[in-house]
Amino acid sequence: MNKIFEFCAWHSGKLTVGALALAIVFPFVFTSSYVLRIAITVLMYIVLSLSLNLLVGFLGQMSMGHAAFWGIGAYTAAILSTRLNLSSLGTFLAAMVVAGLFGLLLGLPVLKLKGYYLTVVTLGFCEIVRLVELNWMDLTRGSLGIAAIPPLNFFGQIFKSSRSVYFVALVLVVLAVYVVHSIINSRVGLAVMSIRDDDVAAASIGIPVFRYKVMVFIVAGMLAGLAGAFYAHYISFIDPSGFTTSASLDLVILAIFGGQGSIPGAILGTTLLTVLPETMRSLMEYRQMIYGVIIVVMMLVKPDGLLGRVNFKYIRQRLQMKAEKEAKA
Amino acid sequence: MFLQQLINGITIGSTYALVAIGYSMVFGVLELINFANGSVYMLGGYLTLMLYTGLVGSFGLSFGLGLLLTALVGYTIDRFGLRRLREKKVPKIAGLITTLGFSQIIENAVRIFFGSETKPYPNMLDFGQVTFGNVTITSSQVIILMISILLMLLTSVTVYRTKMGKAMLAVSQSQEASQLMGINVNGIISLTFMISSILAAIAGTLVGMYYQNIDASMGASVGMKALASAVLGGVGVLPGAMVGGVLMGIFETLGASYISSGYRDAISFAILIIVILFKPSGLFGRKQINKV
Repeated sequence: MNKIFEFCAWHSGKLTVGALALAIVFPFVFTSSYVLRIAITVLMYIVLSLSLNLLVGFLGQMSMGHAAFWGIGAYTAAILSTRLNLSSLGTFLAAMVVAGLFGLLLGLPVLKLKGYYLTVVTLGFCEIVRLVELNWMDLTRGSLGIAAIPPLNFFGQIFKSSRSVYFVALVLVVLAVYVVHSIINSRVGLAVMSIRDDDVAAASIGIPVFRYKVMVFIVAGMLAGLAGAFYAHYISFIDPSGFTTSASLDLVILAIFGGQGSIPGAILGTTLLTVLPETMRSLMEYRQMIYGVIIVVMMLVKPDGLLGRVNFKYIRQRLQMKAEKEAKA
Repeated sequence: MFLQQLINGITIGSTYALVAIGYSMVFGVLELINFANGSVYMLGGYLTLMLYTGLVGSFGLSFGLGLLLTALVGYTIDRFGLRRLREKKVPKIAGLITTLGFSQIIENAVRIFFGSETKPYPNMLDFGQVTFGNVTITSSQVIILMISILLMLLTSVTVYRTKMGKAMLAVSQSQEASQLMGINVNGIISLTFMISSILAAIAGTLVGMYYQNIDASMGASVGMKALASAVLGGVGVLPGAMVGGVLMGIFETLGASYISSGYRDAISFAILIIVILFKPSGLFGRKQINKV
């Protein structure tokens, strides 16, 4: 196992390019619309779990209302595109802005809370948002949902085939990975992780804890909103039943399963957990129960998640030092 | 009208309180939110019903068996899910995910074995009703309230007055120190899970009889409300969980009848959020001091 990790760390650049190349070739190899639909779902969930991982894994704030941002993004995109006929670029940006604003709205009062109080408030927030979606008939058409949302269209080009939608989703994933990666590997990222490890200590050495917390909440909200906008255009029908607190809990599982605070972990974990239930289609109703069993067993075997304690940066540095030593000798 | 809604609210709130005590107790000893508690609540209701209609004729016997089985489920969650995690000293979040997994297992197992449709529930507590002016109190309400109060008293006495309860409080202070004092830490934690499961199962059965129907998804929403009640009262403080539960029930019914029934849960959560913002440790919670 360690050998594999060492290999991954040493060739991380090449592996990233290779994975991207695979992802690009994928829809040309697997052309069935069923496989592509699963692939698109996986990509969308990767954006969501990455954004939640930013909050839970890197900032250490146990948010259990992430589906609310997803729903806010989806509803923003749906309403703007059905009523104002906005193009997807417009709805994507609007969804990000609105979800980001809600991130700020939730973040500002909530961030002085800690631990389980924060968890419960985010749960409550998700429930309130869902009930507003359900009851504000004029805006959201309540439980009827919004139907006939136009497909993705950028610059006059309509993206309707599964393959083209797949590539839009892939672009979103790359964007999300880029955003999360550049936040984590910057000064801000170090500060964010120091807040996770101990916020009082972080504040005492002059890190503006509150500002960074709010910032991460906004970015996470924006990314989830983006995923929501994509979802609305792709599925073309949304209703509040998709954005419940249990959806939020599922997202938490996706974000933690691969390993807290690990980008490759989030991608790997989300892919596994989304594809697995599909491969068990023949088991019909037992599927969801087995999903639960897998989660429990996984936590017993590897409680830190798939790649939880694996610090690729550190492994790489160690290998480099070893190589230098050998070169000298 | 107001008084009627108040009584309805207190009745349903007292069942929330029973589930909330479970959250609070587990949180007290393990600092963990047991997300499976809501599912156990639903399972308790189902087991009583299925035993009653399918196997055993007598309601009392099936109720007792149902409680035993749910206690066993609570024990299983701790013994085979969480104890291993404690031994490995892993981050608490792993335990949280484990309880989410168990909740998924329980809920879907009920759907598979008992069917996912809403089931009618026999009301064994119906002995008529009393009317004062325009307020009607049913016997079910009185009995539910009495059972809840009795259980709350019993739990409080157990936790605050007996040796076993003292052990629980000790474990919640420090597991290592308790172990050194000769307390069977794992036993106490298992016991806490069993008590919280039994309380949840009783609440599930009572609510099933009160509304005269039951369905597999009822655990999720009640679990969330009970969790909110526990936090509202102050996590880890038993009287807090009780008062929180009853308040939650009152907010909910009053909000539904005076503001909007569609926003029923939203109102109770909004009140919860406001309370927490002004009093971050809940109504009865002690203020926590952060040390570095």
